[in-house]
Amino acid sequence: MTAPVSIRNATKIFGDFTALDDISLEIAAGEYIVLLGPSGCGKTTLLSLLGGFLSPSSGTIEINGKDMGDVAPAKRPTTTMFQDYALFPHMSLRDNVAFGLKMRKVGKAERHAKAEELLDMVGLKTSANKKPHELSGGQRQRVALARALAVEPDVLLLDEPLGALDLKLRRQMQDELKAIQKRVGTTFVHVTHDQEEAMAIADRIVVMNAGRIEDVGSPENIYMQPKTIFTASFMGEVNFIPGTFESATDSTISVKTSLGTVELPEFECRGFAPGASVTLAIRPEHFRASTGTGPRITLGKAKVEDGSFFGTHHRAHLSPLDYPNMTITAHMPQSAIIEPGAWVELTLDPTSVVVLHGHPPRPTPESAAP
Amino acid sequence: MISSRFSKLLSWSYLAALYGFIFLPVAVLVLFSFQDGRLPVPPFNGATLKWYGEVFSDSRLMSALTNSLMVAIGSATVACVLGFCAAYGLARFVLPASRLQRGLLIAPMTVSYLIIALGLLTTFNWLGVSLSLWTVGIGHVVINLPLCFAIIYASMGDHQKNIERAARDLGAAEWQVMTQVSAPMLMPSILAAFFLSVTFSWDEFIIAFLLSRFDVTLPVEIWSMLRSGLNPKTNAVGSVVFLVSVALLLILELIVFRRTAKK
Repeated sequence: MTAPVSIRNATKIFGDFTALDDISLEIAAGEYIVLLGPSGCGKTTLLSLLGGFLSPSSGTIEINGKDMGDVAPAKRPTTTMFQDYALFPHMSLRDNVAFGLKMRKVGKAERHAKAEELLDMVGLKTSANKKPHELSGGQRQRVALARALAVEPDVLLLDEPLGALDLKLRRQMQDELKAIQKRVGTTFVHVTHDQEEAMAIADRIVVMNAGRIEDVGSPENIYMQPKTIFTASFMGEVNFIPGTFESATDSTISVKTSLGTVELPEFECRGFAPGASVTLAIRPEHFRASTGTGPRITLGKAKVEDGSFFGTHHRAHLSPLDYPNMTITAHMPQSAIIEPGAWVELTLDPTSVVVLHGHPPRPTPESAAP
Repeated sequence: MISSRFSKLLSWSYLAALYGFIFLPVAVLVLFSFQDGRLPVPPFNGATLKWYGEVFSDSRLMSALTNSLMVAIGSATVACVLGFCAAYGLARFVLPASRLQRGLLIAPMTVSYLIIALGLLTTFNWLGVSLSLWTVGIGHVVINLPLCFAIIYASMGDHQKNIERAARDLGAAEWQVMTQVSAPMLMPSILAAFFLSVTFSWDEFIIAFLLSRFDVTLPVEIWSMLRSGLNPKTNAVGSVVFLVSVALLLILELIVFRRTAKK
């Protein structure tokens, strides 16, 4: 089963701390939504509002068009997958998965059959008689997923479900979660602080910061066309080049920076006035050698300070000729030879440059990486 | 070499003295329960089981033993149920003055049994409740409830809180959470509280003495036997009481602590 979720002007205040500040979000039925943000951004609070463990100070939450204001967690069409799995330690896996059905007064034979079907889906059919303490972390996680899905919720809430797993297992579970979500069609709302996990898994990412929604969009959009400096830096490594908006024509805009005036194609006018403070956000992988086709702009020459090999690319720190105090991080091709002291041309595709309002709070792009 | 041997000897004899101090009275009690003679005093004249035979054929002792078991099991059950409910409420909900309430629940531990017995006696007189095994049972609930509460409350952690939250999320009503999730999850500590309560109730004398009238528990019966002088039969029944206590502690050790250690 599946259902849309609609959050309107939700605010949650704890004492004098505003955990959620006027959040509005529409989630379509069957969507995989990831709430992404640093700790304390309010993402878990929002999940608790959906699950009914907290009630909003103001605003409404609707699931499938019904107001959830006075509905207790047990009566909501939601189930939660907890970070520590919260499996029942004294029950077999079968009884764990069947628990929700038992509470719904489903007969023993029927609920056991359903539990085994779900355990089969997560690859644990042969372990149905085991107790949770006999399982590894990844297996417990699968049982928690099966248990939460057994009651066929409209919305499944996942609270940092992969947080306790090691990296390799986490990547594997991401794929499984996504595949299972596509199979059952339930609306998934998943909370995480790991932006790679969010991009790998989400239909849409909701970036949150300090109780507000910073950005909403597909992983590609959020990564390549972030709307704010916070989103740009949270989604991965990025170089910020502060500047001033100079002018706009029908087809181009120009921004004055310490690396000279940069002419960019006008892709989306965001109401910049001449003289406004703006920041150019450039991902390290967007610096490319001057060869190749397509439009190219250059930010001048830069000296290689150091470089390290990452397998898929070389990561190099560069200091521009025009403004040596600035450090630019660039990903160079695998085959490139990175020698400290060498000079390279800062060439890039102008369409990959994002213009953002304001200046970054901290000047070095290095500190922006999460 | 000699000094190390000497210090070893010293430490072993200290150990022997320590255990002797603790267990010699019990050992003497048990030994003279086998005394083949009229008096449970040295010298030991040889072993016989006749006193045990007398104990088990003494209908008053046997009914006192049954009474003791009923009071012990009944009061321990009630104390565990009440203790669990109190612990669940105080650990899981925000209640007014919860620290004070916890303190009040544990406070009876610090009051001597004599004072508790006197207080209960006065209260029962005032209420017009006549003394019986029921009043003894109530007295034992009063002394064992703080213990049960403390043991069960201490085992309720935040991890279990999340598990209970999961149960509620899956549709369990509060009583279902308590009976199907919390209580089974806390069973090791609940059983520990139960067996300790049974042991304490089984051995308890002052409250049982002051709050009973015609039907008495075993310690009270032994006491009235003692008034007519020492007799190997009293040793035999004392040994039986001791044996049951040891058996209870062994059960506690085997069932409860082994189960906890496995997890």
